Amino acid sequence: MLTYTASRIGQTIIVLLIISFIAFLLVANLGDPLSALLSADATVAERAALIKQLGLEQPMLSRFASFLTNFLQGDLGTSYRTQEPVAKLIVERLPATVELAFVSLIFTIFVGIPAGIFCGVNPKSPISRGIMLFSITGITLPNFVVGIALIAVFSVQLAILPSFGRGETVSLGFWSTGLLTVSGWQAIILPAITLSTFQITFIIRMLRTQLMEVGQSEHIRFARARGVPETTIWFHYAVKNTLLPVITMLGLQLGNIIAFSVVTENVFAWPGLGSLFLQSIQAADIPVIAIYLIFVGAVFMIINLAVELSYPLIDPRVLRRK
Amino acid sequence: MSNVTLPSAAAPRTFRSSFFRAMRNAPGPTFSALVILALALYAVIVPMFAVNPFELSGMSVLDAFTPPFWMADANPDFPLGADDQGRNLLTAMAYGLRTSIIVGMLSVLIGLVVGGTLGLVAGFVGGRIDALIMRFADVQLAYPALLLAMIIDGASRAVLGNERSAGTAITIVVVSIGIAFWVQYARTIRSSVMIERDQDYVSAARITGRSNIGIIFLHILPNVMAPVLVIATINLGIAIITEATLSFLGIGIPITSPSLGTLIRNGNNFLQSGEWWISIWPCLILVFFVVAVNVLGDHLRDIYNPRLRLRS
Repeated sequence: MLTYTASRIGQTIIVLLIISFIAFLLVANLGDPLSALLSADATVAERAALIKQLGLEQPMLSRFASFLTNFLQGDLGTSYRTQEPVAKLIVERLPATVELAFVSLIFTIFVGIPAGIFCGVNPKSPISRGIMLFSITGITLPNFVVGIALIAVFSVQLAILPSFGRGETVSLGFWSTGLLTVSGWQAIILPAITLSTFQITFIIRMLRTQLMEVGQSEHIRFARARGVPETTIWFHYAVKNTLLPVITMLGLQLGNIIAFSVVTENVFAWPGLGSLFLQSIQAADIPVIAIYLIFVGAVFMIINLAVELSYPLIDPRVLRRK
Repeated sequence: MSNVTLPSAAAPRTFRSSFFRAMRNAPGPTFSALVILALALYAVIVPMFAVNPFELSGMSVLDAFTPPFWMADANPDFPLGADDQGRNLLTAMAYGLRTSIIVGMLSVLIGLVVGGTLGLVAGFVGGRIDALIMRFADVQLAYPALLLAMIIDGASRAVLGNERSAGTAITIVVVSIGIAFWVQYARTIRSSVMIERDQDYVSAARITGRSNIGIIFLHILPNVMAPVLVIATINLGIAIITEATLSFLGIGIPITSPSLGTLIRNGNNFLQSGEWWISIWPCLILVFFVVAVNVLGDHLRDIYNPRLRLRS
């Protein structure tokens, strides 16, 4: 197990190195940092000083090395668009995105999991069929269409929830939160529903398929023959066995969820990382795009590694099989 | 000889007869196929006769914000209403849908060709080339089509500048969505090829002196196509959604050669002031088309899924 863990961590680090090298190549080859960072009337001396400061005169590999060391020390480069450090831009935008992701995760857990278990346990009931019909639309509807529909109903027709922004935020020093004010909660409901639609429908479908498969396996049949009550069978015996594939599949969808957060933040003018990324694309702000590339790759790789390494905790049989 | 009749069970099972039988047994997919056909005809035929609403002659500011036919102040020339520039939504959406379908099909084709070729090579040659291609696929797996297309779009802006022609912008969208798809095709084809390359018919072809390239494309490729075509159908839905999303975000197709996404993006500005029809109609068309494509794709997958076929 230890060698396995070590080799998986090693592979992840190699993949992350490749991703950061691609990101570095983007920064090094695309766009012109000198024209982006210097004013039009800069002197030759200022130009030379900036070349020296950015290390542009050094060979490629040593530039990559200093890119990596800077990155690990928290220096993520300078945005061409705002002339500010990328790290500062990200820290400003991070709370909005984290809170949105958190609230939509809560919706997913409290709506998706019960609905999925219900559909798996009673696949033939009319309620399950209704839920499945809803989930087909949920999984095929483009994210922004869901957002527009919610705005059309709840902001325009009923006029009960705001359609843009975070509402009032409270600053906690390093973190500005919208979760302490009424307007903040009102503002987060529609974007969180929009973002969670995909996750909820995905988890419902996964749980249903898995439960229907597990429901036919031998240990369930034997439990039923022993007279174990149905609720114990499903919640104690069956649901446990579906956790592994469901968590794995959800981890592999993480990239999609991050992409959808960009769309959701755009629809609701949510001032988070996704909006920052989109503005950077429109302005060809390569340093921010490169950092986002690394960020998405790292989050994806690390979460999926964590999922894989937690298999033995969820299901001890994984260890015995090896 | 006239009294000889073939028993019906021995009737030849042509592709067409089994196709229709499957459709009779599956009303959902049949209906979806009809929806796709109707919308495709709408997207092809209307632009042949109607003025292009995205040229100056097609706009009439006097008719701006005309509502759909059942509301007050409606104009029978604009059955579904008009947008802020007085464009007829009925014809504008036909143009938009046409762009969406073309972009979707071209990008699926690019993914198929790139991924198919790499998968064939990786599966047939094996060894280091296989490892290299597949590790690259692993890295890309972290980035879904939408995210990858956004990153490629940003990078292309840095190279080409923000002032791009409509043709360039469309090419970039098509290529970036297409590239996002190659991994799936490469993986599927590679695993099929690894099974096929040890089959007798491949050895036989080799003995007859066929080159490797001939074996790959003439003998192996036809045998691994079925699952690939199923993925292509499902990817068509994803491609159209991705293009619409990019255009909605303002980084896809420019407004001068509209897609459904740009129409929705434009209409979204007027949602708050009550002119809902400008964005809701293109949303509905997009949803109908994509849901129909997906239902059909799921159905094809069930038919062609080799695992399901083995089980039955």
